[in-house]
Amino acid sequence: MCLAVPVKVVSIEGDEAETEIGGVRRRVSVALTPEVKAGDYVLLHTGYAIGVVDEVEAKETLKLFEEIINLSEVH
Amino acid sequence: MEQAMNDTILLAHGSGGKLSHALVETKFLPLLANPLLDKLDDSAIFEANGRLSFTTDSYVVDPIFFPGGDIGKLAVCGTVNDLSMSGAKPLYLSLSVIIEEGLLIADLERIVQSIKAAADEAQVDIITGDTKVVNQGQADKLFINTSGIGIIPAGIDISGANAKAGDRVILSGTIGDHGIAIMSQREGLRFETLLESDCAPLNKLVAQMVEACPNTHCLRDPTRGGLATTLNEFAQQSNVGIVVEEDKIPVKEGVRAACELLGLDPIHVANEGKLVAIVEPDDANEVLAQMKQNCYGRDAAIIGEVTDDYPGRVIMKTRLGPSRIIDMLSGELLPRIC
Amino acid sequence: MKFIDEYQNSELAKKLAQRITGHSVRSIRLMEFCGGHTHAIMRYGIRQLLPETIEMKSGPGCPVCVTAIGDLDKAIALSHSPGVIITTFGDMMRVPGSYSSLQQARAEGANIRIVYSTMDALEIAKASPEKSVIFIGIGFETTAPTIAASIVKAEKERIGNFYVLSFLKLTPPVMKALLGLGEIKLDGIIGPGHVCVITGSHPYEFIPEKYGVAYVISGFEPLDILLSVDKLVQQIETGSPKVEIAYRRGVKPEGNRKALELMQQVFEIDGADWRGIGIVPQSGLKINKQYQHLDANNAFSGLLRSARNDKPAKEPKGCRCGDVVRGAATPLECKLFGKACTPEKPVGPCMVSSEGACSAYYQYGLP
Repeated sequence: MCLAVPVKVVSIEGDEAETEIGGVRRRVSVALTPEVKAGDYVLLHTGYAIGVVDEVEAKETLKLFEEIINLSEVH
Repeated sequence: MEQAMNDTILLAHGSGGKLSHALVETKFLPLLANPLLDKLDDSAIFEANGRLSFTTDSYVVDPIFFPGGDIGKLAVCGTVNDLSMSGAKPLYLSLSVIIEEGLLIADLERIVQSIKAAADEAQVDIITGDTKVVNQGQADKLFINTSGIGIIPAGIDISGANAKAGDRVILSGTIGDHGIAIMSQREGLRFETLLESDCAPLNKLVAQMVEACPNTHCLRDPTRGGLATTLNEFAQQSNVGIVVEEDKIPVKEGVRAACELLGLDPIHVANEGKLVAIVEPDDANEVLAQMKQNCYGRDAAIIGEVTDDYPGRVIMKTRLGPSRIIDMLSGELLPRIC
Repeated sequence: MKFIDEYQNSELAKKLAQRITGHSVRSIRLMEFCGGHTHAIMRYGIRQLLPETIEMKSGPGCPVCVTAIGDLDKAIALSHSPGVIITTFGDMMRVPGSYSSLQQARAEGANIRIVYSTMDALEIAKASPEKSVIFIGIGFETTAPTIAASIVKAEKERIGNFYVLSFLKLTPPVMKALLGLGEIKLDGIIGPGHVCVITGSHPYEFIPEKYGVAYVISGFEPLDILLSVDKLVQQIETGSPKVEIAYRRGVKPEGNRKALELMQQVFEIDGADWRGIGIVPQSGLKINKQYQHLDANNAFSGLLRSARNDKPAKEPKGCRCGDVVRGAATPLECKLFGKACTPEKPVGPCMVSSEGACSAYYQYGLP
């Protein structure tokens, strides 16, 4: 639930930010993510950023997929 | 004696008197001029030989101006396209407007310009019309009705009931553009995008397709309810199953993004300049090639085929591999948060 | 689109599915708590990729589906009041209340506007100072902080005509209630990834600790869901249930501190009425004393009272949404499914909400 979509933060003004996904721009509230910086990706839910996407973890997850796949190939 | 033209439409503009005449004569006639319209008789008289196609549609879109078009362009293209979907060459349109008192005359002028531009591109004449004005609040700025007459060449029999197992399903281009362009303007959903409505007259595209393949089985433009609804209509009318592949359906990145944001599925979003064709397997490649030569068929693709399995249903092979049923749109297309 | 496309890779999906099949020996039952997962599972055909040893059940994590019918009636009653503009997420419009729906009320002249965000509702309030703008607050912990933020903003900017009717609910108490009910035996739960962005993972530790049920917090793309199922199978096969975060790019164990603070600032915990389950203690969020003047329950108490007396809430006959929402029945087991109850003329919320199990089964069903 809770549709939340990863969008890129383009610029921040106070507690609002300009974000972008696939060429679509949307002004969102970053009241819930005061630590956000321009260039970060945030999870957008009903017009609010609810969390900053951890890009390091994202890469780790993709690496994990690769490992899982390689392991299963060895079997 | 010249009547002064105010900045906004008044009730009197629809009452049939001097102000009405002035409105028609200054705002509509000069732009839409053609011999039949210029006569200004109660009805337009013409001859036509052959099988005729006749359609009508009313346009109540809000907002009346949107990226890529306006209600006027929509009104012409919509009716031209309905005629084209039976294989007809569109000949004449009627134009009936119901204007809410208070509409800016400048806006009306803009819309009539759009109507003219669309009619010129489609090479149709508007030969009869009507203007009414209603009290403020009784119409949402402007409602338009267009009816159209076209002529179907001999030997053409296009119908939603003609699909047969083995036929190929061809889509003329990217889906969801119009619906997303409209939504981007709606209060409460505001997001910015460079996406524009795909509103366009498809009669020339159809003429090319039908010339290359007179035996085209089905044609329809997936307007309200989107691609999914049109495919379901074909499946039900022809009592066949249709299987399409998600990967083959062209969707612009911005439409995908907007749909992700709003929780919508592009297959349910309206289009105003696309068509779905069902043709025999041996004709598919030729038809596709013809379509790609037309600017409105540039992104055309074969997206699936007709089968005897699952009669009346439409199945989509998802990006991941497994298949699922795709249904018509139920109710309004509402954005969701969950 | 970054952080979406990479998690939809079909080759990886197939391989992950094969791996799950390889590991899955015992027959197990998993619940996807969250309606968003139900929707994704059906949309991508994930059930078909999983082995027969895994049975999937949909849970009550669809805020639309679990909004009590009497609560929906309240929103509809308020919409008919002349000075009121109702602002709501689109999800609620078509849900049938006891006598009507928001969609029907709008057709009858009620001023109801669909919004995507409470920010838009605040804009509407600013633009129409002579009206009372009431926001229908449905949702779980993902949405609660956004509504809290809007209440704080309304107070700060002195937007005196903005009110919230809170139907917000909390997920750990209802999971506890369901597991406690013991109606169906669950081996594992796919945890709601976006709720957990806010709450973190700690509130769910009682699930493996007290009930021995595996719990993996999952994202919403197909690879996320498959990864979570893989982890659940592993936990179950090795008999080591625990709380695990598979959605690591979104969820931290401590959650979103700022969001949790805002929720504490604005709300207090109260009992809530869950459709199909009843009152679950300490499972709802009520606007606290500091902000009570923005609480529509207070500001419109008279209207709500007389509406309740005139038209008491009643469930539609034969509707099994309650059973479906608890995982006690599948949509196919409801006599109304596909016949009297379809997306065009829905009887209960499970058929209306795009996250509802019935809607998912109907629209995305297996050919």
